[in-house]
Amino acid sequence: MTELLVLSALGAAAVCTGVLVFVVDSMARATFCLLASFLATGAALLVMDLHYLGLLTILMMTIEMAIMVVFMIMLMMNPAGLMPMTMVHNTKGSAAVGATVFVVLVVGIWTVDWPERTGSPPADPTRQVGEAIMGPQMLLMIVVGVVLLATMVAGITLATHRGRYDRFGPDLDRGRPDDPVRGGLPR
Amino acid sequence: MTRTSGTRAATTGAGMADPTTWTSVWAGLGVVAGALVLGLVLAWFDAVARAGVRVGSRAVLVPAAAAPVREGMRLLLGQRRTTVAPDRLLRTLAVCAVPVLALTSAAVLPLGGHSVVSTSADLVWFNAAEALLWVAVWMLGWAPNAVHSLVGAYRFLAQGLAYELPLMFAIITVGVGAGSLRATDVVAAQAGGAWFVWTMPVALLVFLLGAAAFTFWGPFGAPAARDIAEGVLSELAGLDRLLVELGRAVFLGVASATAAAWFLGAEDGPVLPGAWWYAIKTLAVMAFLVGVGRRLPLVRPERFADIAWMVLLPLTILQTAVVAVLVLGGFYG
Repeated sequence: MTELLVLSALGAAAVCTGVLVFVVDSMARATFCLLASFLATGAALLVMDLHYLGLLTILMMTIEMAIMVVFMIMLMMNPAGLMPMTMVHNTKGSAAVGATVFVVLVVGIWTVDWPERTGSPPADPTRQVGEAIMGPQMLLMIVVGVVLLATMVAGITLATHRGRYDRFGPDLDRGRPDDPVRGGLPR
Repeated sequence: MTRTSGTRAATTGAGMADPTTWTSVWAGLGVVAGALVLGLVLAWFDAVARAGVRVGSRAVLVPAAAAPVREGMRLLLGQRRTTVAPDRLLRTLAVCAVPVLALTSAAVLPLGGHSVVSTSADLVWFNAAEALLWVAVWMLGWAPNAVHSLVGAYRFLAQGLAYELPLMFAIITVGVGAGSLRATDVVAAQAGGAWFVWTMPVALLVFLLGAAAFTFWGPFGAPAARDIAEGVLSELAGLDRLLVELGRAVFLGVASATAAAWFLGAEDGPVLPGAWWYAIKTLAVMAFLVGVGRRLPLVRPERFADIAWMVLLPLTILQTAVVAVLVLGGFYG
């Protein structure tokens, strides 16, 4: 019972901080409200005894939001959090989409014939997750890994305005690359 | 569920009913006190190292050892400072988060086969506590609405991008060697002198390097360097500053004890009682960390990023691969 109460409180916290993202007028606060929402979700997983998945959610989302806040402030024209701006655009359309998705999910949750639990959870769910990923789902993970890497490389290639000709000269014969920031290694 | 929800009604936290979890109500307070002592001892080491390196005289070492306490009292009695139009909420959150995260990381310190929080992913717990510092330190730099502290915050993130992945691989290596992510299992796997440091020296060094980097201490102090008037710390005074400095010292102290547990076998050792060994190893790690760290010059984040990605990351991946092969060969039993 207590577990259920804590879970509900965490769920409510996740939703409320999620809503706050669109209420606050500072990009920094908006980002950290979103992070708070993710942290509540991660804590909910912890309460469900899914330690690894819960902690991983917290870990990854924290780093993600710490990086994202830099871009949010850079791109959303809210210098130093002092210039008020709005996170809400196309309010009617998004409200309609949000309401539809909510109704679909709620109807789905209550009408699906969920299977009854058989057996008991393992002593170490982390090991079970690892074995599932590294066993039957290995091919999927390899494919996803390669796709992610290709996306990252492609994204950086598209985003950077400097190529090897800028670094090593038109004939690629420069001994030391011409970089705006000097690295830490002798090249 | 192996346990009914009724038996767990009093303990809603993660995995509180595990046999490796301390059940005593005093355990939490004990770990908080222990973590504070670790932080204080580290601060002493640091103060002595700085005084010794700078003056090179024994006469200054004794007063230097008292410096952390004296400085703490001064901050406690000092006035807090504020700036024009700060983000008060974020500043309060950040100032409280640093010491709280340090104590959170101490919760998974294994001691005598137990820890306050014992989950099936303790190593990730420590990593998550450390990762949350990214947000805390960035908020610390952002909240005062001042240039120098903001520059420090961005330096911390740049440094974070450099140290985080090698640190993660170092932590993963420990998990691979132990075959478990539970801190008490990691210690148990090193019983009888089979300390992980023998097969994972690179992981230990990278772990300590990461610890120095996430507390922006020593050579990784660029986010709070003098060239930007102490950066993220520049607008902090009084209690605010005390909490942040305390959090940094405790985090580094706890990381030293964690290194002693994960790589040096914690209580494992002959003749002396286990607790003595644990203390000796922790002090040795602290002495090594401070002794080396205070002799190195400040590293610029953009240079460290280059070194971290070109040298440290391949090294740690290689370290993990070597340990993985040893595990497959049955080396760890």
